[in-house]
Amino acid sequence: MTPSPLLSLILIPLVTALFCMAGAAPRRISIFGAGANLLLSLYLLASYNQAIGGFQFVSENPLFAAYGISFSLGVDGLSLVLLLLCTLVTFAAVWVTPKIEKQEGMFYACLLFISVGAVGAFASIDLFFFYAFHELALIPTFLLIGIWGSGERQRIAWKVTIYLAFGSFILLLGLIGLWLAAPDNLRSLDIRMLQQLGYAGLLSPGPAVYLLLLFGFGILIALFPFHTWAPEAYASAPAPAAMLHAGVLKKFGLYGLLRLAVPIFPAEIQQFAHLLLVLLLGNILYVGFVTIAQKRLNLMLGYSSVMHMGYAFLGLAALNQLGLGGMALMMFAHGLTIAALFALCGEIARRTGTLEFSELGGMAGITPKLGLLFGFAAMASVGLPGFSSFAGEILIFFGAFARGATGCFNWFQTATALALWGVVISAVYMLRAYRRVFWGGRGTAVKDEIADISAGSRWAIILLLAALLVTGFRPGLLLEYLNPVFAYLPQ
Amino acid sequence: MNPLYLEVSVVVLGIVMLMAEAFSGAGSRRGIAGLGILGLLAVLAATFFVNPAAMDAAAPYARFYSADLLAIFLKQLSLLATIIFLVMALEYAPTVEANLPSERRGAGLGEFYTIPVFTCAGLMWMASAKDFVMIFVSLELVTISFYILVSYLRRNRDSLEAGTKYLVLGALSTGFLVYGITWIFGVTGHTNLPEIARALPTLDHAVAPALLFGFGLVLIALGFKIAAAPFQFWVPDVYQGAPTPVTAFLSTASKAAGFIVLLRVFQTFVIVPELQAKILPLVAVLAGATMVFGNLAAIPQSNLKRLLAYSSIGHAGYLLLGVASIGAPFAGIAILFYLGAYLLMTMLAFLVMIVVAKATGGDDISDFAGLGRRAPHLAFGMLLAMLSLAGLPLTAGFLGKLFIFECAFRQEHYLLVALGVVTVAAGFYYYLKVVRAMYWQQPADPGAPEIEVGGLAKITIATLCALIIWLGVYPAPLLALLR
Repeated sequence: MTPSPLLSLILIPLVTALFCMAGAAPRRISIFGAGANLLLSLYLLASYNQAIGGFQFVSENPLFAAYGISFSLGVDGLSLVLLLLCTLVTFAAVWVTPKIEKQEGMFYACLLFISVGAVGAFASIDLFFFYAFHELALIPTFLLIGIWGSGERQRIAWKVTIYLAFGSFILLLGLIGLWLAAPDNLRSLDIRMLQQLGYAGLLSPGPAVYLLLLFGFGILIALFPFHTWAPEAYASAPAPAAMLHAGVLKKFGLYGLLRLAVPIFPAEIQQFAHLLLVLLLGNILYVGFVTIAQKRLNLMLGYSSVMHMGYAFLGLAALNQLGLGGMALMMFAHGLTIAALFALCGEIARRTGTLEFSELGGMAGITPKLGLLFGFAAMASVGLPGFSSFAGEILIFFGAFARGATGCFNWFQTATALALWGVVISAVYMLRAYRRVFWGGRGTAVKDEIADISAGSRWAIILLLAALLVTGFRPGLLLEYLNPVFAYLPQ
Repeated sequence: MNPLYLEVSVVVLGIVMLMAEAFSGAGSRRGIAGLGILGLLAVLAATFFVNPAAMDAAAPYARFYSADLLAIFLKQLSLLATIIFLVMALEYAPTVEANLPSERRGAGLGEFYTIPVFTCAGLMWMASAKDFVMIFVSLELVTISFYILVSYLRRNRDSLEAGTKYLVLGALSTGFLVYGITWIFGVTGHTNLPEIARALPTLDHAVAPALLFGFGLVLIALGFKIAAAPFQFWVPDVYQGAPTPVTAFLSTASKAAGFIVLLRVFQTFVIVPELQAKILPLVAVLAGATMVFGNLAAIPQSNLKRLLAYSSIGHAGYLLLGVASIGAPFAGIAILFYLGAYLLMTMLAFLVMIVVAKATGGDDISDFAGLGRRAPHLAFGMLLAMLSLAGLPLTAGFLGKLFIFECAFRQEHYLLVALGVVTVAAGFYYYLKVVRAMYWQQPADPGAPEIEVGGLAKITIATLCALIIWLGVYPAPLLALLR
């Protein structure tokens, strides 16, 4: 086995989690481990050779020749950006974790295990481990919601786990189908090989396999109408768990579609584009209106996260450089935004004991710093220029609109025009939430003695917002990594 | 080494153990179990040095006895299962003693340790049997010893009820088996599987219904043994009533042997395309029904033994799916791998259950409440067993399912694969019920003392955990063995 820095990226949180379970001071070593991982991912980003491109830091370790299963790691620009997202959010999540009353070690271990699963999935170039690492994150999610969640935590934990397990198995069928689609002598689980076969037209799995992948990944991403697990899960999960799941783990599905569907199924994506457009408009418009109607901040954030997935699918349907680059950028931006929002939501809940809009209000006077940070995060979520969410969304809209440039006002342009209203919808619910929590008359749950956000949590969120701003003003920083991945596609 | 010696040494070991029992006074009988474990370990080690070529192909026994890879692997599984049974039985001894009428210390325990050794010999012969007569004799050796074991707790009504049920239904299925063999013999004139295979293509078309009838009867009889729906109805009561180590043994080794026989009979008959066209759908229907019934019926269970009983029916369904996909290149390997993985994870679950039940006095899921804090290591063992049974990646159970589904996909059993996916998702629900009890719920009695685990049980639990993860991450050595 050739050593690869990527292995450390997986091992650091894994070993840290094991230490937490064994009883070491969990908070201190978790912050240390997550911080080390963040630095390592920055180092990888810096030392990735863009002139060469493609997958780098590759290490291969064949485990089982007959099926071609191999523990292979490697990253290209796309996975590097997502690894950065993952390590950033993990770091922020363990940092803002408040004092845990019961089984603190297990809590941090579960958080870190989700991180292990996400890092492993993004860094694997072998389909088996790509899938297996994501599944690994299922159990800590179940435990996090079930043990430390709020509200109807037990019912919700079941629902989420069954939903995700079901989605994963549909996905597994798709992956098996994909594997069997290659000619016998070229059969491989290596993603690089599959992509090459896809470009060369040697893979023809057919529409059934594409639909299995689309809906398998789609359930994991909360594609309309399979989205009902997500808002409840994020509302019930403890804030750090919601940050990691909504911010990072959900991106696994989108990443999978970019990695597998785009190079191998371009014809099928076009064939089923209309279906996808209808479903994603369900995400943006239907779920958008549902979001407006929410009366609790955490549920509203959960629905808003589902709604934003619609934009990502629009980028996928566009299937051109602009749209897919924008989709990847938006995945990064949305992960940071929603993580910051859930972290702030957790801070609010700890201070007031409620997240009902009717009992909140006027907090800005008592907790100005919290209010300011929430304002920034809300603007980032709406997609204000200056944040990378804006850059991602605008690229997606351009990309999708450009798909229809040859015809008159066709499906794509209509869908883009409708999807643009999503920006208005998200402005409505975000600004309303901001007003009802921080401005207006003092709510019944808002007491004079509540403290402003602590310095530690503040810096964690500032870190997330700073990353959003930097990549918002200079989206090129990330796009120079992302664009080469899709360079073979039409503009 | 000639493979025949394997069974001979197991039988000799059993006789030595019986003698030791006969000549020992009152006592715990731990020595007898220890002797059994050591002896079986030695035989297990010997299986790796077996040379099938040492058998005389012209000798009379070569007609009955094959020593191919399939047989050797199943012998290893049987030996492993028996060793784990003895470890479990040592933990379970107090319950056995309490439920036997004799007042003398250790009375009846010696036999409880010895009978499984004879069962093991039967299983090993079953693995090698390639003649219906041999299949019948070895199957009966296994079944009759199980009649005794299932009803071993003589003061326990559930155990006696289980014993009666098992006896009646076992006898019935034996009847089916003999009747089926008669029909097949009547048509082909042979009881020997390779000779039947040679005779089949030369037969007249007119006899096909008779042949199918015979095969159907054999399939029903084996369906009872492997607990395939609709022949599964004895399973829950018998599994719940039997002593827990016996349940574990019954649901792993006995089932594995049933599958090997099924595989051998099946392979004999599918070589004729006309028969294949009729037999394959039959097995496919059985597989679908078994997957659905086992997994759906497991959902509402609150007793862990019963839950595992239903889940074992579900797993038989996945294995049958593998049998129905026998045309795929890796189907044989997939089935054997699944059998091995299933044995490891089921044994692990039962072993932890025996240890916990000794401390809490019950085997309901609620008795596991709070185990995560009370005994984190045991809880981890159970967690791993449940995740592997549910089929989470990086455990042996996942790879087993993956291989089977892959074969089914290749053979285009799309409907069955879809059913499989739905039932696997249902499986997540009921296996996680145990995880929930262990980690979410508070223990009924927070001040309960620590759970004591015997040294041997500890080693076994740790070994099983390691094997499950190892096979889930790095299955290459086992697959190389099966190739």
